[in-house]
Amino acid sequence: MNTQSNLPVSYILYLADNNLILAQRNSEWCGHGPILEQDIAITNITLDLIGQARMLYQLAADILNQQNGNQEATEDTLAYLRDERAFSNVLMVELPKGNWGFTVLRQYLFSEFQYLLYKHLSADATLSAIAIKSLKEVTYHVQWSREWVLRLGDGTSESHQKMMDAVQDIWMYTGELFDAAPFEDAPVLQQIQTVWQQRIAETFEEATLTIPENVFIQKGGKNGIHTEHLGYMLAEMQYLQRMYPNATW
Amino acid sequence: MPVHHLEETFQQTVDAEIKIEAKDWMPEAYRKTNLRQISQHAHSEVVGMLPEGNWITRAPSLKRKAILIAKVQDEAGHGLYLYSAAETLGMSRDQMIADLHSGKAKYSSIFNYPTLTWADMGAIGWLVDGAAILNQVMLCRTSYGPYARAMVRICKEESFHQRQGFEALLVLSKGTQEQRAMCQDAINRWWWPSLMMFGPRDSESTNSDQSMKWKIKRKTNDELRQNFVDMIAQQVKLLGMTLPDPDLKWNEARGHYDFGEINWDEFWNVVKGNGPCNRQRLQARINAHEEGAWVREAAVAYAQKQSAKQKKVA
Amino acid sequence: MQCSIRKFYYGDIPEEQGGGAAPSESMNEHGWPLWEVFIRSKQGLDHKHAGSLHAADARMAIENARDVYTRRQEGISIWVVESKNIHASDPGDAESLFEPAADKIYRHPTFYDLPDEVKHM
Repeated sequence: MNTQSNLPVSYILYLADNNLILAQRNSEWCGHGPILEQDIAITNITLDLIGQARMLYQLAADILNQQNGNQEATEDTLAYLRDERAFSNVLMVELPKGNWGFTVLRQYLFSEFQYLLYKHLSADATLSAIAIKSLKEVTYHVQWSREWVLRLGDGTSESHQKMMDAVQDIWMYTGELFDAAPFEDAPVLQQIQTVWQQRIAETFEEATLTIPENVFIQKGGKNGIHTEHLGYMLAEMQYLQRMYPNATW
Repeated sequence: MPVHHLEETFQQTVDAEIKIEAKDWMPEAYRKTNLRQISQHAHSEVVGMLPEGNWITRAPSLKRKAILIAKVQDEAGHGLYLYSAAETLGMSRDQMIADLHSGKAKYSSIFNYPTLTWADMGAIGWLVDGAAILNQVMLCRTSYGPYARAMVRICKEESFHQRQGFEALLVLSKGTQEQRAMCQDAINRWWWPSLMMFGPRDSESTNSDQSMKWKIKRKTNDELRQNFVDMIAQQVKLLGMTLPDPDLKWNEARGHYDFGEINWDEFWNVVKGNGPCNRQRLQARINAHEEGAWVREAAVAYAQKQSAKQKKVA
Repeated sequence: MQCSIRKFYYGDIPEEQGGGAAPSESMNEHGWPLWEVFIRSKQGLDHKHAGSLHAADARMAIENARDVYTRRQEGISIWVVESKNIHASDPGDAESLFEPAADKIYRHPTFYDLPDEVKHM
């Protein structure tokens, strides 16, 4: 493993947390999708995100163990034994799954971001392997979720209205993606934001959706200041590990 | 050709182990029996996603979470393959789903039992999937081609389901005292319902023969159940656990394990809708379907708009 | 009472045991059409029928096929065609269509006896 990169562990954990928390939300669809074919599709995305989270947590654990001279950190201690305040995912991914429209819209907005970010990280010494593998998966996530945004935005008047509502609900959380935390590279984020905005604008236009203006940006996730939703989610996700410390599953 | 000739030819085809295909002539009762069985099998896969799906958000490690999601997703795939096979017999998936939701069509009763602890995920994989696989392996040779092909695909994919279940229990059986207790408890709760999955005893059936004659089914309920007991009674030893049946013991003369009487009263009650989760399971399916209606409609509307646009351009 | 019914199997519960409502009339809601899926498992092989699925349009059908039928690396290329566009021969015509080929044994290489000296031909 190449540890020459100057990426801090906190950054790797940030990437991992985003993936895990979104996967956890999307996994709630499994068995409850609008039609079997799409139940399977969203679940494939969930599995990709969990896979990415695991690779990132394993990498973070390796680095932490090297730093601390022990073997205490694993993908599971990082996922299951950190508290709400230690999770640094953006707020967007922890919001309840909502209806199918909200889910696909969130997936689209986030996947476009991930796509651009992974493209950038493909050249990073530490993360290139993970980024290159993930990029292939995310390319499909973008395609799949973008098509759903088009279908629902430009489908029936009912679906259009539901998508407009979803846009209203989520838009105030999108700015956080580009609000650089100390562990992030601000100029890079800015470049990504410019491209991201263009791509979203194109899609929204095709989907007959409008981007809200002058929206106050909600943030805090990167500093561990979350919505109330995350606590419930972690309580559910972590309960077995918390209840039976040191057990192997 | 007169019908009795057609029936004769049909039976000869079946006897010659030649598969019946969708467009072939078949007795109406054969079509109906297959349609009922395949659609119920499909419903079982789809409803079967719920008890396990119940634990996806609580899986105790990332590895287990990924395995569980992949497994539940496979069940959706299997439901889909089976609905497709059933559709070749002339009923739309929408219609089959409507029949499930109205209560007309049934699904396997096993899924009306609750999943209470993590160990239930292991027990379902090992016992419930184990029982299902015995049936499914037999059905790979069923006489109706589309059903047989769906089952071949399903059996290939299912092979990991039982293994992951047993392995999950194996880890628990080597774990802490609480984990071992959890493991034994799950086995205790899932053992009898698993035996019930094979259906009533052969002696209690009135027209068992037709399905065998048509080679839709190739082994009787009791034969399959006995195979299952023999297999599990051995495997449970590897877990260092026990099966909750004081009458279970090896019978040297028969070359099989003897086992106790199933509680048939409970069996029929669960079939009739009085199981602990019947309403909850069905309601979950109905909700998913109804909440998805606007999504399905929008996709159709969008597809129509797009094709209209394309025609304009052309 | 209950026990007089016919035998049933896993996933096969007879209608008379079903209870519930009467069968609903044929409904077509906003159903997605049925598509047939053909998969090329690896370079150099034909696309082979894998099964069918429902999708609102061709793009979605390809993606659904990818998600449903290639979860275990079963394919590298996908064809989809709406089921209604497939025309099939009638099994009733099988005799006239296919049996005439049966006696044309001279079309097969094994029909010809050649001296052993001709090794591969």
